[in-house]
Amino acid sequence: MKGSIPLVVMAAVLLALATLPYYVPYFYIFVATEVLIMGLLAGSYNLIFGYTGMLSFGHAAFFGFGAYITAMLLMHFEVPLLWAMIASMAGALVLAAIIGFFCVRLDEVYFAMLTLAFGMMVFAVALQWRSLTNGSDGISGFPLPEFGLGIDLTLADPMVYYYMVLVIVVLASAVLYLITRSPFGLMLKAISENPERVAFCGVNERRHRLIAFIIAGTFAGLSGALFAPFNRVANPDMVHWTQSAEPVLMTILGGAGYFMGPYFGAAVFVLLETWITSYTDQWMLFLGIVLALMVLFFRRGLLGTVLDRVMGR
Amino acid sequence: MESFAASLLNSLDIALLLFVIAVGLNIVFGVLNVINFAHGALYMLGAYFTFTIVNIWGLPYWPSLIIAPLAVAAVAIVIERVMLRYVYDRHITDSLLLTFALLLIIDDLVLMIWGPGIQVVEPPALLKGTFTVFGGRYPVYGLFVIFMGLVMVWGLWALFTKTRAGRIMRAASIDRDMAQTVGINVPMVLTGVFAFGAWIAAIGGVVAAPMRAIGPAMGDKIIIESFIVVVIGGLGSFPGTFLGAIVLGLIHGFGGRYLPDISLVLPYLGMALVLLLRPQGLMGGRGSA
Repeated sequence: MKGSIPLVVMAAVLLALATLPYYVPYFYIFVATEVLIMGLLAGSYNLIFGYTGMLSFGHAAFFGFGAYITAMLLMHFEVPLLWAMIASMAGALVLAAIIGFFCVRLDEVYFAMLTLAFGMMVFAVALQWRSLTNGSDGISGFPLPEFGLGIDLTLADPMVYYYMVLVIVVLASAVLYLITRSPFGLMLKAISENPERVAFCGVNERRHRLIAFIIAGTFAGLSGALFAPFNRVANPDMVHWTQSAEPVLMTILGGAGYFMGPYFGAAVFVLLETWITSYTDQWMLFLGIVLALMVLFFRRGLLGTVLDRVMGR
Repeated sequence: MESFAASLLNSLDIALLLFVIAVGLNIVFGVLNVINFAHGALYMLGAYFTFTIVNIWGLPYWPSLIIAPLAVAAVAIVIERVMLRYVYDRHITDSLLLTFALLLIIDDLVLMIWGPGIQVVEPPALLKGTFTVFGGRYPVYGLFVIFMGLVMVWGLWALFTKTRAGRIMRAASIDRDMAQTVGINVPMVLTGVFAFGAWIAAIGGVVAAPMRAIGPAMGDKIIIESFIVVVIGGLGSFPGTFLGAIVLGLIHGFGGRYLPDISLVLPYLGMALVLLLRPQGLMGGRGSA
């Protein structure tokens, strides 16, 4: 009985998202698109943070790399968006494999510091390799061609773009969800709870952590690929460590213990940012206070705390 | 040749300023086992307090060297008592996130109080101008930064090795429970060490104020630099912090000159190499605050 509650809630959320343009002001189409893209970023991040217990401070490297690949392919080759997205995922996969290969050798603080170092290395390259990346201005002014596969979409229409993002994010998240429910996903959970015991049982925990890191990076690349055409620019800010902090905050806000936590956190984060910045400039102050309270008193996150009550955990 | 000497002096003043900031971060990590993301923000507070004392109140520069660090240490005591001490027993992720929240709060408060613009503090008359070294120009103030850095190196070394307070700090960093058992008031030591770390960061801020542009983002940049220093030298290692600061200072001083195309990547590359080849840092050992 209690097990069906999340399913009912999920169905309701999906229905609400699918019919969103019919009952919210036009402006909120943009907000909802950003929520979905950031939700995918935070959801991918939680595979390594919440499920595997690795605090990475370099997740924006894959997000930004994906954004740059899509922006450049659209700029120079005008490829269909679908192929640009696939290229972004492939690029992020390779980058995550390289960075992850080194990072999973370390634990805890050292892991966090090494992901930070690699993330900032990617940032430095994006900033300094001007001939390729156009430096701090980034890549903008690229066209939005067709979607690909002969599907006729007017991508420049925010409504159309919203529905495209919705479909892609839901599909990608379903894949992520299945991974967390698979034997592999359960093994990750076990690694986060007791790595020594898992290793003692004969499991190559380092390889499991690497694969999780690569999967998370790949989906972060996809969210970057969705973000570049939405934001109309790919710039070094999207690779900076402050961008890496965002999925961490969203996950803490929503709760790392549930699959939907980071998505919920992303929604709260983006909505609060939208509302608060329209009243005052003190968004960071507000965010800092909320984050401090969450860490001190509601470590399971907003959604986590509510669901814990409902599910009787 | 002439700009080689200038580059070397330049590396030194960068290195010693970095040492002053990073050593506080490392002491706090060594004793409290907290990675203080807000450490750079405390350094920034030191610089902004200096701006207020010198430019708004119209006092000379020198008193700010006493007043600003004490004010920042007072802020740190409140932070430790109200927030930080509740997460010591938790996973290190929690203190990281909590101090990150602090960073956001302090950054925005600074923006509210002093505005988004870049502020400039004039160096005291005694330290104005430049002098010539092997034909290259070098600011007199840079020498003062080097001098202050060396004073801090010597002072902290003497504190840790020669005084009772230093021994208590080292005891608390090695084994908190044992220190408590032998009658050390550990909660008080932890408050004191956090305030002490903030006090050192703020001295860095006061010393940096006449040399660096004072802006709301200065803390975000320096905290990453401090991480690099501490990681290269070794988490929890005092001599390591000095070595790490020298290495990063040299990378900054000479990297832009000889390897301009990859100068920004070099610090992170150095940090990653050390983490992979010697995660405990160049001078690493455990518990050697």
